[in-house]
Amino acid sequence: MDTVLQVFNENLIMIYLLLFTIILGFEVISKVPTVLHTPLMSGANAVSGVVIIGAIILIRQAHSDDYLTLGLGFLGIVLGMVNVVGGFAVTDRMLEMFKKKK
Amino acid sequence: MAFQSIINLSYLIGAIAFVWGLRLLSSPDSARRGNLLAAFGMGLAIVATMIMPLAGADNNYAWIAGGMIVGGGAGYISARRIKMTAMPQMVSVFNGLGGACAVVLAMAELNHFYQGEITMDTGSLVIALLALLIGGVAFTGSMLAFAKLEGLVSDRFLLLPKHNIINNIMLLGLFAGAVWLTIQGSEAGILLAVGVMLLSLVYGVSFVVPIGGADMPVVISLLNSFSGLSAASAGLIYNNNIMIVGGILVGASGTILTVLMCEAMNRSLLNVLIGGFGGGASGSSSRGAAGEQVAKEVSYSDAAIQLFYSRAVMFVPGYGLAVAQAQKVCKEVDDILEANGVQVSYAIHPVAGRMPGHMNVLLAEADVPYPKLLDLEDANSALKDTDVVIIVGANDVVNPAALDDPGSPIYGMPVLNVWDAKSVIVLKRSMSPGYAGIQNQLFFHERTKMLFGDAKDSLQKLVAELKKM
Repeated sequence: MDTVLQVFNENLIMIYLLLFTIILGFEVISKVPTVLHTPLMSGANAVSGVVIIGAIILIRQAHSDDYLTLGLGFLGIVLGMVNVVGGFAVTDRMLEMFKKKK
Repeated sequence: MAFQSIINLSYLIGAIAFVWGLRLLSSPDSARRGNLLAAFGMGLAIVATMIMPLAGADNNYAWIAGGMIVGGGAGYISARRIKMTAMPQMVSVFNGLGGACAVVLAMAELNHFYQGEITMDTGSLVIALLALLIGGVAFTGSMLAFAKLEGLVSDRFLLLPKHNIINNIMLLGLFAGAVWLTIQGSEAGILLAVGVMLLSLVYGVSFVVPIGGADMPVVISLLNSFSGLSAASAGLIYNNNIMIVGGILVGASGTILTVLMCEAMNRSLLNVLIGGFGGGASGSSSRGAAGEQVAKEVSYSDAAIQLFYSRAVMFVPGYGLAVAQAQKVCKEVDDILEANGVQVSYAIHPVAGRMPGHMNVLLAEADVPYPKLLDLEDANSALKDTDVVIIVGANDVVNPAALDDPGSPIYGMPVLNVWDAKSVIVLKRSMSPGYAGIQNQLFFHERTKMLFGDAKDSLQKLVAELKKM
């Protein structure tokens, strides 16, 4: 119990950040018209590619002869980059179609 | 110091761009700007991560650049080339790769830990395992979702008897493995961690196996939220705020979208996950096979005449429209009818298609103005004053069993009451039941007539007939 309390006290700012971001996520999304569900999901999906930041840090911190880590980091960057670039590009393509009428 | 502040400021701006971008994405007028803003935030965060000072780092920029060119190129090309109708599959693949990235990061970190190169306290270990497990499920789950949507495997692929029990046992196994790894600390060794990772990959597949048909949008949205959570967990590994904010935002928004869709189907998430829809519950329906009933067919010219002389026509598009890529021909019929003073609208059921808002995207591609798209409630009140309803490849969302057959697996789901219209024309390939495997009494309704054939083909023939008039 003491360790739990200690973790809680030491990471208070992080816990605030997590909770507020969750609430923000709920609030930002909850009033979306059906017409935008697909682009929204696709755009959010691209944002989840933010995991690529971790892959960049991983590679930058790796020793230049640690080929296992470099290989994993490379794989991570490829995967994350497909997610990011593909996600934003596909979303933009969808939204382009919504724009040109009315 | 000043340089570090610039990096921190870039991350802060990037995080705000994510939040604001998602906010703008929630409204049709600003959606495109929102997407670009979020993309800008991502670019800023990536550049900041590249140049931020890291003490004693080897940097290895060549590896980073190589990965970016390969991944970015592949992502961009596939995003540009993909057909609009295959959009759900594409989003699913992208999503899975994001999850895979989290798995890779977690494995690299755990490898360092078990090699004794770094130390991790219990909290960090739990976080790394979370990224590993959630990412793993998001990865293989999305890949199976892709395969199902692409039609590579059937909705019942790998479905075992008592599948839900097997899934629950596997989930317990995952938890037990993770707890064991946490307790053992560095004693556990990399092999056990790899074992748990493999189990999470198997579970990801198994988790999606019982889900099919009209439930696919729900599961895609849920997997999207998983990959967000795995990104957030990976962010906690590196103590990186923008990864945490981005990941949590996606996790929260994915969850909300999932809940919205479950509500639209009037079912609980649990019910969707155990596969009540696609899972072969149809045998329990109180209605027997409709073998003796005969559906009435209509000829193209009769159908055309009926449409031409009506006041109000409503299209009900479904997944079949996407498969046949019939959205543009649909608009052609719409144009001809509008030119002759017929009022045309489209009824969009919240779960029509295989992705939330799937139909809206397709019809937007065909330049159908969105004021013409009616949601479930508006469509149901407009149906009473509609002369002809044309159902293009929709089935379960217009099934009267949802209202009056308590034995049906879709009982209780709000549907489009198309039988309120004066007449209904169903464009359908054959009499086979829909994805949910449920027979549809609508096809035998006194006001219903069938037009068999590929949806695009049939609509083209209707256009030809209409042009003759």
